[in-house]
Amino acid sequence: MNDGADRTPSPRADVCIVGAGPAGATIAAELSAAGYGVVVLDAGPRFDPVDRVEQMERHLRPGVDGTVWDTDPERDAYSSSGERYYPLNVARVKGIGGSTLHWQAMVMRMHEQDFELASATGMADDWPLDYEDLRPYYADAEEELSVSGASDNPFAPPRDQPHPLPAFPPSYSDSLFADACEAVGLTTHSVPNARNSESTNEASACVGYGTCNPVCPSGAKYDATRHIDAAEATGARVVDRAPVQRLEHDAAGDRVTAAVYATPDGSKHRQAAREFVVAAGGVETPRLLLLSRSERYPNGLANSSGVVGRYFMDHLFAGMGGTLDEPTRQKHVGFNTTESHQFYDRPDDSRTAIKLEFLNYAGPAPTDIALTADSFGDDLLAEIRDGYGQHVAMGALVEQLPRKENRIRLDPSRTDDHGNPVPDVVWGLDDTTRRTVERANEIQRAVLEQMGVDIGWTVGPDNTGPAYHHMGTTRMGTDPAESVVDPQLRTHDLANLTLAGSSVFVTGGAMNPTLTIAALSLKAADHVAERL
Amino acid sequence: MELSRRDALAALSAAGVGSLAGCAAPAATDDAGDRPDGDEMGRPGSSPVGDHELETLVAVAEVVYPSAVSGVGDFVRTYTGGRVDGDDDYAGGVAEAVAILDDYATEFYGGEYATRSREDRAEALDYMSVDVVNPEPDGTDAQRVRHYLVNELLYALYTSPTGASLAGLENPPGHPGGTESYQEGPEE
Repeated sequence: MNDGADRTPSPRADVCIVGAGPAGATIAAELSAAGYGVVVLDAGPRFDPVDRVEQMERHLRPGVDGTVWDTDPERDAYSSSGERYYPLNVARVKGIGGSTLHWQAMVMRMHEQDFELASATGMADDWPLDYEDLRPYYADAEEELSVSGASDNPFAPPRDQPHPLPAFPPSYSDSLFADACEAVGLTTHSVPNARNSESTNEASACVGYGTCNPVCPSGAKYDATRHIDAAEATGARVVDRAPVQRLEHDAAGDRVTAAVYATPDGSKHRQAAREFVVAAGGVETPRLLLLSRSERYPNGLANSSGVVGRYFMDHLFAGMGGTLDEPTRQKHVGFNTTESHQFYDRPDDSRTAIKLEFLNYAGPAPTDIALTADSFGDDLLAEIRDGYGQHVAMGALVEQLPRKENRIRLDPSRTDDHGNPVPDVVWGLDDTTRRTVERANEIQRAVLEQMGVDIGWTVGPDNTGPAYHHMGTTRMGTDPAESVVDPQLRTHDLANLTLAGSSVFVTGGAMNPTLTIAALSLKAADHVAERL
Repeated sequence: MELSRRDALAALSAAGVGSLAGCAAPAATDDAGDRPDGDEMGRPGSSPVGDHELETLVAVAEVVYPSAVSGVGDFVRTYTGGRVDGDDDYAGGVAEAVAILDDYATEFYGGEYATRSREDRAEALDYMSVDVVNPEPDGTDAQRVRHYLVNELLYALYTSPTGASLAGLENPPGHPGGTESYQEGPEE
């Protein structure tokens, strides 16, 4: 297949970045703006923004062919052999923009305790940097993502300036929770959103399509194509449908020399550069390192520690919902406007972090009911009125502690469309995480019962699932025997190889990870620039 | 509740016709009737969806839509005109599904579907099992009728502000209705 695009290597590149998601795109924009020659290689396609309304239709209407973001079963093949099945291909998007194309765009700073969890509670490990190290980068990341937020969160870490855009006001649905939250002693506050509450030079204000996850047709929700556009505007080259097959290194094993990538016409190419950044997500980043094994690195590139792929973490969803005897005004928008971080910091080692959410999209929409109903006319309308309109729900993200046995490894028994072993996601839950899911359910039940909700469903420790935040598989640390990258996100083994993204997280907290990904990426970009 | 042309355009927007994402609502094009190579409904002259197919779609809508809505004919014609414009596969599927309905109605009710009484039209959908099958564009006769006619019409109605408002949702998913309504309580 030939779309006319030039996918041959650039003759001179200062930096080669693998992956055009939020980490890679942010670094590309920073380094390109600073005048460096940047090439970005991504395995997936470049989606045309003009198609987004059609993609929304695919989401809204069952029976329409195709996935919203064109998952390719051969390209994206994987295994899941752990205690719990992991649905990898609904958890990620391959393409220019990466998984921000389908994300929920909730952007919170991690807490100070997140960076010193072992010191504070005895659980897991400390990060090799602290909140103060990231604090200025968090502020920059909020600017870069045009975050809409308010400084009304009494549990948030200290900040120096307001969010770039005002927060979205609370919903009518939020107001229904207010008295119950007060009665049970639960303090709530606004939600920082990476979607425009007001128009900016980059994007319009949110117009309320209500389909944020999996697709925002208006572009009001941040996705990494904004930074790709910025990078290209200053001269960066972004090559789509160019999956990197392996990284090559010099004879001494000190430096990466080239990224070998495939193109749709069946060719393979080598992109040389002075610095390399792998930012392919918490699954594909360790997979690429493992695929790049050599005589010098028989267990995988940058894997002298043996922990590449280890400590895979996700956030667990805990939820509860039901109906009230009154209208609750759900489904007008596809994002949340109220949360509680009251139970975020851990008192000791009895539980992990909990982030509580109040959903604005509980229950089905009228279309969801109509298109699958077995009645028509007035009977159908009665069914819709009965099914829509009185739902409420609370969700929560729960922290999963890093465990060595949870990992991404290669499955030699299956190969992808280029003959490479597919990733095998080995994933299960520990008792502390299960207890914390139960604790989240207890809080949710207290609130909903106080409201008089007829509770209809619970997602607890037995039926919980991942929130699709892939973390921990190339962890950061100062000890080369125990970690893959240093606090600059440079690998201990190879001097010109940076790994960016949530794969470097030491622990995962319970905050949606992308703001921290962006902050770390801005920091990494500074360090790469210092070396160029 | 009166369905308007604006509702049809809003539904077209949710159906991915006339992508103007990021613009103010409604996001569908309003020029379906102004095409020099089409008729007043924006249908190209060679489209398999002609007056008979439109009449049949309206006849189906009168069965599957609630009695509380009016303006169904204009709504369906405007929506369908935009929907088939430039989408030959969809237009062909609609025409085939209409033919399926007509064959069934002629055999069991003595005439084409749109000419039968409302009761007969409802019964025909019931007897064909259109109410219980999954929509499938390449499926059985009933599945194709469900996909191309019934679900298309239901999608149009319940992604429009007026249609979803029947259930108390004036800004349904797929409709860029702004960020005010989610903050407002229900009408007293």
